[in-house]
Amino acid sequence: MNAPFVWILTPGITAVVIFLLRRWYRSTVLVGVLLASLLALLAWVVPIGKNIDLGPWSFKLDEVLSVLGRRFLLVDGDRPMLSMVYLMAAFWFGAAYVARAGRMFVPLGLAMVALLTAALAVEPFLYAALLIEIAVLVSVPILLIPGKPIGRGVLRFIILQTMGMPFILFTDWMLTGVETSPGDMTLVMRAAGMLGLGFLFLLAIVPFHTWVPMLAKDSHPYAVSYVFIMLVWMVFLFGLGFLDRYSWLRNNERVYDLLRLAGLLMVITGGVGAAFQRHVGRILGFAVIAEIGFTLLAAGLPEGLGLVFVMVLPRVLAFGVLALALASLWNQNQDLHYANLYGIARKMPILGAGIVIAQFSLAGFPLLAGFPAKLMLWNQLAVQSGWEASVSLLGSIGLFASGLRTLAVLVTGPEDQPWKITETWQYLVLLIVGLAALVLVGLFPQWFLPSLLNGLNAFTHLTP
Amino acid sequence: MFNTLTFPAISLPALALVFITSIWLLLGRDWRYLIAALSLQYVGAFLLVALSWPLEMAVVKVLTGWMAGAVLGVGVAIVPKTWQGEERFGSSGRLFRLLAAGLVTMVIISSALKITGWLPGVGLEVVLGSLTLIGNGLLNLGLTNHPFRVTLGLLTLLSGFEILYAALEVSALVAGLLAGVNLGLALVGAFLMVIPSMEATD
Repeated sequence: MNAPFVWILTPGITAVVIFLLRRWYRSTVLVGVLLASLLALLAWVVPIGKNIDLGPWSFKLDEVLSVLGRRFLLVDGDRPMLSMVYLMAAFWFGAAYVARAGRMFVPLGLAMVALLTAALAVEPFLYAALLIEIAVLVSVPILLIPGKPIGRGVLRFIILQTMGMPFILFTDWMLTGVETSPGDMTLVMRAAGMLGLGFLFLLAIVPFHTWVPMLAKDSHPYAVSYVFIMLVWMVFLFGLGFLDRYSWLRNNERVYDLLRLAGLLMVITGGVGAAFQRHVGRILGFAVIAEIGFTLLAAGLPEGLGLVFVMVLPRVLAFGVLALALASLWNQNQDLHYANLYGIARKMPILGAGIVIAQFSLAGFPLLAGFPAKLMLWNQLAVQSGWEASVSLLGSIGLFASGLRTLAVLVTGPEDQPWKITETWQYLVLLIVGLAALVLVGLFPQWFLPSLLNGLNAFTHLTP
Repeated sequence: MFNTLTFPAISLPALALVFITSIWLLLGRDWRYLIAALSLQYVGAFLLVALSWPLEMAVVKVLTGWMAGAVLGVGVAIVPKTWQGEERFGSSGRLFRLLAAGLVTMVIISSALKITGWLPGVGLEVVLGSLTLIGNGLLNLGLTNHPFRVTLGLLTLLSGFEILYAALEVSALVAGLLAGVNLGLALVGAFLMVIPSMEATD
């Protein structure tokens, strides 16, 4: 038995099986949730590459799986990262049935996680670009709505993600040259340029970001949020892998300047864009753009890599609550334009609270989950550069303004319309738990956030 | 400049094949001919890849390409109306595409030697074939919003990349994964064409 078999092949094979059995919707969701939870738990407790004694039995989980002459390698330091990834998947699958995210959501979502985990395990690790591309292709069916025309967002998503892959693969070849002659600045610049272009496409960095709000508008909010969160997070981990492996990249100050510049562009584009939208789906898309920006900003700070991991929990909680609340509205008329949402909070106040509070949390509003991590980010940014901190704050103000506008729309209705709770009990339970978590993480970050720093263990050269 | 260069005998027909078929994919309107052009294009790509890879590995390219063509063909055949109704351009559109392809070809010819200098050990014929497919694939992607043409454009673009990458990296795993990407793209393309006519389910 080896670790790649447990965390890559097992979910991959299960995904194929439950895809074929997707007629039994509830059962497939249940299998997906249980398996993702089990894999998260195993990653938490079972060491890799060490003997494990279970009563009279003793076994060892090997680190390597060889396929066609190449290796898939998962080491003990990867366990916190694996645990986070599978916990995220379990969290999202948990409400998939209530959110009516589609019969393909859990099977293909599980396949995505398996492929993305394989991407982080493959050696040479630049082959990950191919596995990420396959994960992108696997994600497409869950973004489409049967019977609806294809939007331009999904086409741009496929095109731009596919265009990113060749750049990363060429970088692989160039980096071999850089490793042998690190003094050749022309080669270093070409390799860095190729790498940068590849990540511009993969992370939807301005000006290649347009598909994000388009896709968020046209697709089921729950499914699209999962794809955004999982794909972006895994591409970030892939990017951190580059910093970890190549010292010429890690020790170059310009790389961090570029990361912060890209982050600022994304935060301001996301914040300002969200403030002027009249479609909550598109607001979700712009919030994703801003979150990518915040993560890039964190990665560009001298002590900021830990923040990249700390930001994950607030982000997942906020997008989870926002996506679940929007899914309920989407399932009613598949249009999240403000014009269709006037007075919704009077009929469904918990759902309305979910939408608004999640947006506020993403903006970094005090006492909510997003605040502690954003505050740490702004503190570190202010030490680095005052104007960078101000610009990032402006992005947050944009997100906050969009939350206020949404609040105004949701509560505006006829004077005589009474306030009453009409949400189903499943939505009520899930939203109340989600909202409580958003507040709890905001009030007591010291209980939750420090353990996330263990994710950095997967990157030996980046660990402080 | 070019008359001092020598090409392997097989590369000239291969170059001609990828050039003609990539232009055909830009100008063609009948989906049957487009699928045929795509299949022929993969023969050209196979010949160029075979200059760098063992024959048994290079064959994977052409087989994958034909399978991708078949999958796409089935997708269009199921719902031919979506293709016929949405993707029409007249003679002036064809002329524009031809002129744009001419510009792309000029850029490729002018930059091929320089790029060959960046990639030691890679022949000019490989760079020319690769850039022709990448350029015309990108042009195709820039001129359409139809899933069928987008898929053709992406497959063309990827073929171009694969020709160049084959000269740099020989790996069975990469060959397998790239085949998976090509087939995945064709499946997604077919799915994109079919899904608007599917019935909504939960």
